[in-house]
Amino acid sequence: MKWEEIEKKIHSELDSKIIKWMKHNDNRIYIDIDPKDIVEVSEFLFRQLKARFIIASGVDTPRGGIEILYHFDFYQLPQVLSLRVFVEKPKLEIESIAGVIKGAEWIEREIAELLGVKFKNHPNLIHLILPEDWPEGKYPLRRDQ
Amino acid sequence: MSEIIPIGPYHPLQEEPEFFRLHVEGERVVKLEIEIGYNHRGIEKLAESKSWDQVVFLVERICGICSTSHPAASINAMEDLGGIEAPERAQYIRTIICELERIHSHLLWLGLAGHFIGYNTVWMWAWKYREIVCDILEKITGNRQSYAMFKVGGVRRDILDEDIPWIRKSLDKLKPALDLFKGAVMDDPVIHARTKGVGVLTKQQAIDYCVVGPTARPSGVAIDVRKDDPYFAYEWVDWDIVVLEEGDVFAKVACRILEMYESVKIIEQCLDKMKPGVIDLKVKELPAGEGIGRAEAPRGEVYHYCRSDGSNFPVRYKVRAPSYVNIFSNEAACVGESIADAALVLAAVDPCYCCTERLVVVDRDKKKEHLLSGNELLRLSHEKTEQIRKRLGV
Repeated sequence: MKWEEIEKKIHSELDSKIIKWMKHNDNRIYIDIDPKDIVEVSEFLFRQLKARFIIASGVDTPRGGIEILYHFDFYQLPQVLSLRVFVEKPKLEIESIAGVIKGAEWIEREIAELLGVKFKNHPNLIHLILPEDWPEGKYPLRRDQ
Repeated sequence: MSEIIPIGPYHPLQEEPEFFRLHVEGERVVKLEIEIGYNHRGIEKLAESKSWDQVVFLVERICGICSTSHPAASINAMEDLGGIEAPERAQYIRTIICELERIHSHLLWLGLAGHFIGYNTVWMWAWKYREIVCDILEKITGNRQSYAMFKVGGVRRDILDEDIPWIRKSLDKLKPALDLFKGAVMDDPVIHARTKGVGVLTKQQAIDYCVVGPTARPSGVAIDVRKDDPYFAYEWVDWDIVVLEEGDVFAKVACRILEMYESVKIIEQCLDKMKPGVIDLKVKELPAGEGIGRAEAPRGEVYHYCRSDGSNFPVRYKVRAPSYVNIFSNEAACVGESIADAALVLAAVDPCYCCTERLVVVDRDKKKEHLLSGNELLRLSHEKTEQIRKRLGV
């Protein structure tokens, strides 16, 4: 599939869900969406458009919440598409995409322990890189602690 | 009745500590649990307190084997952030360093894999010829490892014209060695018996686990950042991506051996095409914004994401190493294998070698534990190879 085709399909299927479409350059595209749409949108990318989930990055912001970027690419194409969601404090809850994309299981565990985001319906939300006896409520990558 | 066999977390053979809990029924593995985090050094947090220049050095410390792939992804991310394009000569030099590193990393892995299945000759040979590559790297960069060559907008050292004939001669010495390995590994009936059909990762599993590099390509997933999202000089040279279909350990070995040929091809073309010119743009600052950088490390795609507020320090720096996704896929590849093969399968993704120093067999019913050493697991593996040798009469 060519990128133009993928772009067209995203527009026709997901237009109502896109809050902002930002093109950093030809190969780096950022799309802001609502956290409640994350499973549906990533499922569409992964299943229909055959995207590959690269990784997710969690960023603590001074705007009262945490940004999570889900990075995707499309095999054999130079484009990286990053879905950006803003999860508000103090609830910090978002649906897990690990049910759809197996490869997202570890990074959600990592974001949960390092930034304190709760991934709902995650199959196994235990510590990944921090020890089991790590104190509860201490998140190393948070800026407000 | 199923037993649990823990493997890891520390072993002198491996690059980094990990812990595997094998659930076995008799000899067969029925489930695998993976625990990581023994080597968590907080690099991402540390990066927030380093200047952009220092971050490149910091990420070079992530891995001691593919030490240049993290800086490569790092400068790609920063150049993406700043919209910077490094000069042509610098791109060729970067490519040469990356490919030399791929060869030495693959040879190192091949040696360890040989040792594990009881082919110590392959081990000695592989590491002997790896010296040629390390010598070239030392000549160019001054270091055998952790070359500190890359910076935003260029490279720190030039390749001297008077060194080029010597580099070419060294590469010529390497080629017969690669033929040797190809012959020794690809035509050996025992290695075939030991690795063919073992630890198969199917194409669908490779897609589901989102694996990359020489773990994905042998499973029929044609993915290589050098081709898909060309950086440095990869677009300007002619080379092929190695894709195999079987997905077993043998395909993973074959993929790495064939890739070394491509690497030599790339280096030679870079040496041919390199023209005199500047090697550094002397970038002073980076703007506010975001940057994404990718690079194909010997183990697969390295992914870096950085965010800047325009100051001299990153606000957030995210690193994803290829083993992060590849190790997870062992969960699928190990199931159904015997204990003697499982360690080989774990090693086949080239994460860190088998982690077999401490091996505790836990008998669930008797609540009894006994400790086996790494040597004993090696013995298990060697015995299996011996049995196959006898059976085949070689």
